[in-house]
Amino acid sequence: MRTWGTVTMRLSDTQSLFAPNAPPMTSFSGILRRLHIDGPLLGGLLLVCALGLFVLYSAVGESNRLLMNQVVRIGVAIVAMLVVAQLPPDFLRRWAPWGYVAGLVLLVLVLTQGDVGQGAQRWLDLGIRFQPSEAMKLGVPMMTAWYLHDRQIPPHLGQLFIIAVMIAVPTLLIAKQPDLGTSLLIAASGVIVIVLAGMSFRLMLGLAVAAVPGALVLWNFMQDYQKQRVLTLLNPDSDPLGAGYNIIQSKIAIGSGGMFGKGWTNGSQAKLEFLPERDTDFIFAVLGEEFGLLGVLTLLTLYMFVVGRGLYIAVQAHDTYSRLLAGSISLTFMVYVFVNTAMVTGIVPVVGIPLPLVSFGGTSMVTLMAGFGILMSIHSHRKLLPH
Amino acid sequence: MSALLSPIKDVHSERRLFLARVVLAIVISLLLMGSVVARLVQLQVVDHELFAEKSQGNRVRIEPVPPIRGLVFDRKGRVIAENLPAYQLELIPEQVEDIDDTLNRLAAINLIEFEDIQRFKDLSRSGPRFKPVTLKFRLTEEEIANFAIQRPRFPGVDFQPRLVRHYPDGDLVAHAVGYVGALSADDLQRLDPASYAGTSHTGKTGVEGSFESDLHGDAGYRHLIANARGRQVPGDSSELLDSLPVDQVPAPGSNVYLSIDLDLQRIATKALEGRRGALVALDPRNGEILALVSAPAFDPNLFAVGMSTSQYRELSENPDRPLFNRAVRGAYPPGSTIKPILALAALDTNATSLTRKTICHGYFQLPNDDHRYRDWKPQGHGAVDLHDAIAQSCDVYFYGISGELGIDNMHDYLDRFGLGTKTGVDVGGESSGLVPSREWKKNNFRDRDNQRWYHGETVIASIGQGYMLATPLQLAAAAGALATRGERYRPHMVAAVEDPLTGERRIAQPERLVDVEISNEFYWESVIGAMHDVMQGPRGTARAVGFGAPYEMAGKSGTAQVVSIAQDEEYDDAELEERQRDHALFISFAPLDEPRIAVALIVENGESGSGVAAPIAKAIMDAYLGYGDDAP
Repeated sequence: MRTWGTVTMRLSDTQSLFAPNAPPMTSFSGILRRLHIDGPLLGGLLLVCALGLFVLYSAVGESNRLLMNQVVRIGVAIVAMLVVAQLPPDFLRRWAPWGYVAGLVLLVLVLTQGDVGQGAQRWLDLGIRFQPSEAMKLGVPMMTAWYLHDRQIPPHLGQLFIIAVMIAVPTLLIAKQPDLGTSLLIAASGVIVIVLAGMSFRLMLGLAVAAVPGALVLWNFMQDYQKQRVLTLLNPDSDPLGAGYNIIQSKIAIGSGGMFGKGWTNGSQAKLEFLPERDTDFIFAVLGEEFGLLGVLTLLTLYMFVVGRGLYIAVQAHDTYSRLLAGSISLTFMVYVFVNTAMVTGIVPVVGIPLPLVSFGGTSMVTLMAGFGILMSIHSHRKLLPH
Repeated sequence: MSALLSPIKDVHSERRLFLARVVLAIVISLLLMGSVVARLVQLQVVDHELFAEKSQGNRVRIEPVPPIRGLVFDRKGRVIAENLPAYQLELIPEQVEDIDDTLNRLAAINLIEFEDIQRFKDLSRSGPRFKPVTLKFRLTEEEIANFAIQRPRFPGVDFQPRLVRHYPDGDLVAHAVGYVGALSADDLQRLDPASYAGTSHTGKTGVEGSFESDLHGDAGYRHLIANARGRQVPGDSSELLDSLPVDQVPAPGSNVYLSIDLDLQRIATKALEGRRGALVALDPRNGEILALVSAPAFDPNLFAVGMSTSQYRELSENPDRPLFNRAVRGAYPPGSTIKPILALAALDTNATSLTRKTICHGYFQLPNDDHRYRDWKPQGHGAVDLHDAIAQSCDVYFYGISGELGIDNMHDYLDRFGLGTKTGVDVGGESSGLVPSREWKKNNFRDRDNQRWYHGETVIASIGQGYMLATPLQLAAAAGALATRGERYRPHMVAAVEDPLTGERRIAQPERLVDVEISNEFYWESVIGAMHDVMQGPRGTARAVGFGAPYEMAGKSGTAQVVSIAQDEEYDDAELEERQRDHALFISFAPLDEPRIAVALIVENGESGSGVAAPIAKAIMDAYLGYGDDAP
């Protein structure tokens, strides 16, 4: 471990494309640094996306059109990541509260006049259709990190309460859409910030105990389909053709894949449509069926590499805001991966969370990549200290 | 806000705290992912076999393949029943959002009837959601074209090619061959479910019904790769098909060759057009039925294709009862057609002699009774012997000998000719008719007064009236027994059954029944000679019909007072009157010495056996013996 000195930063101190001290663009690593790209992180992400495209091609019934759709989405998301990477962390910090407030306003707008799609009100049409809840995935950790930036951590109880409100308001607004998966992720991203900021274990334990009656209250607020998902998890065989069907079929898909899988595009569970939502939330089962244990372990390893690199960037970061934000983004990604794989393998209830960077769909892809753009920005805008 | 303005922070402790928390997060992350990995190992390694099996069971489905129904041919090898590809309209419940609405819109463009909507709704609810419900079995080309344009408006409704039973000659063979109809719940109880898996229709009546087990064949099955909705996956996913077990090919149904001659059917049908009646022609030398017609008939294709409710109602509520097979089920008073048999009985029992004469004044009276039993000819026939009594159909002669003959002898001889019992023909639903006797009356009446047999009843029985009933088939068989001078064969319609794969034929052997024994051979010739004179003698009742024919024939007319077989129907007065007219009957055979064909027929309310029925019998015999206008 190196010794850490006091670091203060200004906008003018940060490197930029046009700064006179910018690294030369003669070498590959030089180009990457000048573009504020973190090579290992980009490499990990591209590998995940590439493996994902293979699986997706099979899952969408070998449709080139749908595959190209996804390729375009990945491209757009990577551009978004590169753009965000150019924004200095200070800039991202100063604008965090405004972005957060704007996000809240949009969430209220969604509930009052949003478009209904698939039984939920998630979309807002402002020239382009988009989901404000997606923006809040970054908005909440940025806001909480901003709040803690100037304060001594660990935060005391009063500050924790204020942060809890910051997390709870968007979480409840999104849960009301209803979008259980996203609201859970958003709550997690905020909670991760507090935990990383050093919330005492005693308090966490206390909250965990308090969570029991809280869960009971939550149960009463849950929609019927959400309750059903929890009940089905406990005993999927109780309703084999109804709510338990997804889990049973995805377990059959994964289990029948065995060690090395049935081979690419040869998964009968996926191809014969036994597996529902095989190109979205349940795509992990397609991977398991066609590529076996070897395939799923490869993907999980790639994911863990991305998370690890993110945490490394967080540890390397020079200020509280960057640290907490980078940590939260990395670990939220980790929660993403865990919740999806755990639900597809039947460990946790089915909440609608896609497998990040692999599932078909574009909205969450852009948010995820923008998050990695923030990581890259944080890492590449550090003022490198001579040792 | 700038970092420069931020309060003094303990940067070192913050770093340490953060690092510790990141380490904690990594540990928790590894634990969580470890649990997922453990789960994956459990599913993919430990329980792999179990899930591999489940996955296989998921996708392989056994589907029955219905056999192809055997064909039916006439005696000259012409097709009577075949299977034609036809497009049928099907609805797949799971693909239809609003079944009610879809059915209503189909009815609005006249593809189905509004009345049937409820039936189809029930059907679509009863089976698996992926199983198609047939809305219409055969679409016309116009309907196909019409629907093809509108198909986008009806998701889940489509037309599919199927083999449909087809009777090219329609109503010509309706009552002989019968028809197939959609399997009913009762059929499913009765039939072997393994053999009928995948079959939609079964023989209901006629040969189609009684030879069902030959015609149907046995179902095979094939293994399918089925998708999650249970439907077969299109063939291009062939790599999945490799591991499938071997299929079982269905055994096709046997072809059935009938003794029926379509030409005779056509002539008889045409002759009976616009009338109610029936005709049976058979070969007296072996019992082969050459023609079996009941009029009016119906189009058996309607049953094979499936009828709308209103179409069926029209058939079943028609006062002419086209669905009723008069040839084998219709029991009519045989009238004078039984006189030749009674003449033989009287000669054989010495109740009369060939020389005995009776003076016919036009009526007959029993001793001590005022009641006059009238002859059909009010002024009488004058002096008649047995020959004249048959040729001129003198009732009084038979009234006169009835007392000596007695009802029990009558019953005995009529029974020997097969009247009063089912012939055992190879199509179902036969009626046994009725030949009364003292015994019968005692057993079938409650009231003691009615249990007694009265003399008067014997008198009218001697001209085939009263309780006596016979079917056209029985009369044809009896005519056959007269023609052969007592040799009897069981009437049958199926001549051979052929295995379509090997071409091997099972020929139906003629089944000889107990002969009618008459003590003196000459009695046969006398009675048959009299029957010959009916048609070709100078004073025969049907001499106008037999006059100038190039071959010798025998016949006997009959006229029967109406005992209406139609029930509970309302007629207007004109119709009522028409339906109270006498039935016209005729039996005949030819050629006289070596008979090859025997015919019996009835024309309901036809009034005159010799005038209306005899020409039809003659036309059939002409055609069969090669003298007809349109003889082949």
